[in-house]
Amino acid sequence: MSLEAFLLSASALFAVGLYGALSQQSIVMLMMGLELMVNGIVVAGAAFWFHVSPTEPDGQVVVLVAITVMALEMAMGFAVVTALFRARDVDVTDDAGDLRG
Amino acid sequence: MQVVAFWVLAVGAVAGGVAVFVVDSMARATFALLVSFLCVGGTLSLIELQYLGVLVVLMMIMEMLIMAVFMIMYMMNPAGLMPMTMVHNPRGAAAVAGSVFAGLAAGVFLTPWPDRRGTPPPDPTRALGEAIMGPKMLVMMVIGVAILATMIASVVLATHRGRYDRHGDELRERRPADPGGGGA
Repeated sequence: MSLEAFLLSASALFAVGLYGALSQQSIVMLMMGLELMVNGIVVAGAAFWFHVSPTEPDGQVVVLVAITVMALEMAMGFAVVTALFRARDVDVTDDAGDLRG
Repeated sequence: MQVVAFWVLAVGAVAGGVAVFVVDSMARATFALLVSFLCVGGTLSLIELQYLGVLVVLMMIMEMLIMAVFMIMYMMNPAGLMPMTMVHNPRGAAAVAGSVFAGLAAGVFLTPWPDRRGTPPPDPTRALGEAIMGPKMLVMMVIGVAILATMIASVVLATHRGRYDRHGDELRERRPADPGGGGA
């Protein structure tokens, strides 16, 4: 289990999530893509802690922040989907294009 | 043995992630994502981060169960009774994702990573707890404020009279005319 193996796994998770975030029409599926991307960051943060500086807890703190970000992203995402769906019966990204600033 | 377990978990995590965007049912996609998270939790346990591994597993089980409920609420095909494709520009997205993976993988193998300094403490969880209650306390304070802000913002967004239905300062007035549509 080298650092490279962990980072390769994290890169694959990030890339798969990026594909989902870019390609999915459903907002909830898009959120799943974002969660996978953060999942990759969790793996990378933990790997850096273990393989680079295990005496400093920085990597663990990054993992903790990433896990929190996942939960917050999901809560806000579902709130936005609920607001959009209630207002316009919309649950796909293509129909929510006018949210652009 | 650990190496075998790592690769099984790593491949399982990525395969679960891929399955999210391949399966026909939203409910199955949710559980495929859960499999990916469970594998990542197992991976963390392999490198002495048992606490964070269990945290990922428990949080993601609850999160995916909630997500499954939302899936069934909103999605046209929650149970996979018919083929489902809801993508736009999948080739472009695959090209971008493939390029990013290739770039990251090249960086992983070409970067001269520093040597390991020190060994893990006997109790990494204790070290994490002391860090977030000591030198990293600002991080946890910011996270706390972010969680509170998210709670308030998500409730405000999800209430019936939210951003898209506001009536201005005078709540008794009629709903304002909205030339742009959408009520924003």
